[in-house]
Amino acid sequence: MRMETDQLIRTLAADNAHRARPVGFVLALALLLAAPVSIVIFMTELGVRPDVMTAMRNPFFDLKFVVTLALAISAIAISLHLSRPEASLRGWAWLLLIPIALLVAGIGGEMMMMPQRPPMMTRMIGRNAWNCLTSIPLMALPLLAAALIGLRHGAPTRPALAGALAGLLSAGLAATLYASHCTDDSPLFVATWYTIAAALVAAIGALAGPRVLRF
Amino acid sequence: MREREDEWTGLMRSAISGDDAAYHRLLKAVTPVLRAAARRGLTRAGQPADQSEDIVQDILLAVHLKRHTWDANAPFAPWLFAIARNKLIDALRRRGRRVFVNIDDFAETLPGEPAAETAPAGEVEAQLNSLPARQRDVLQSIAVDSASIKDTAKKFAMSEGAVRVALHRGLASLTARLRGQ
Repeated sequence: MRMETDQLIRTLAADNAHRARPVGFVLALALLLAAPVSIVIFMTELGVRPDVMTAMRNPFFDLKFVVTLALAISAIAISLHLSRPEASLRGWAWLLLIPIALLVAGIGGEMMMMPQRPPMMTRMIGRNAWNCLTSIPLMALPLLAAALIGLRHGAPTRPALAGALAGLLSAGLAATLYASHCTDDSPLFVATWYTIAAALVAAIGALAGPRVLRF
Repeated sequence: MREREDEWTGLMRSAISGDDAAYHRLLKAVTPVLRAAARRGLTRAGQPADQSEDIVQDILLAVHLKRHTWDANAPFAPWLFAIARNKLIDALRRRGRRVFVNIDDFAETLPGEPAAETAPAGEVEAQLNSLPARQRDVLQSIAVDSASIKDTAKKFAMSEGAVRVALHRGLASLTARLRGQ
């Protein structure tokens, strides 16, 4: 059977009534469906730290959540923007400076507010570095898959970049879970190990992007 | 040029608010521009320019299936050209060529450009036959036999809703198959 372009156009016009869901809706739905998987990994492998009630009085414990959520929200906003074909990073990349600025402020705050702080290297290395490097990517993977499914519903013309942002958003969400488990609260620890973990997930997203985000 | 693009934006807005005729007019209006750009891309990649029709159909399908990513407050042309450029690069890559496609290739096209000789498209057609029977029947009825949704429903003893679903699924799976080839 033949399909001339005029015939195709007529057929597309006949389908004009079909309305697709907004990308944001599909992304949110996919993340909500994947979240229980990450939460189960968290509950079975990690769990909330036992001294959480005391920890909550420590501003550096609270700061971890502010930083990870800032990363997740900025990355969600940018990836939704990148799901439009004509989009570029211009005017949007600065959003990623928010979590970085918060961390820098935290590092400065720790130096000023805690005169009896342990030495820098001790705070940076902490006690959970390896756990942080493995748990965050592990819990991020189901969310990354969901984020890629959500973005597939869009039309990203820079798929590696969009994939990297999907990685950052899932790492931000996974790190939010992880932060409630980890007893290392120093912003120096967060700036080092959380960042490496997030970069790892972003790299996986960037590799997956061109394969799964083509349309 | 400016006027033409404003007209497209207006037509697309009407289309989204449910005006099928405006959508039809818009697709008709952009097709020669897409075709000219595809021919230019093919020529630059050292490929026969008369193979442009497959690319044009590919772009039209993507425009249709991704139109929810267009922001109705933004001009339509940059969105269209971004989709078209992406599809053109993809098509040239599939033919084994890496070329730089300039966005101006699309914008430069003059409306009065004469129609060039073009070989009929074959890729969409080839994939049509691999669709599930119901989707193929509905697509055939609407595309080839020019039947309306209503008449198609009657012919296959389906509800109009079911015809619409089969039509949309058919277009979506066509696109998925073109991508997978």
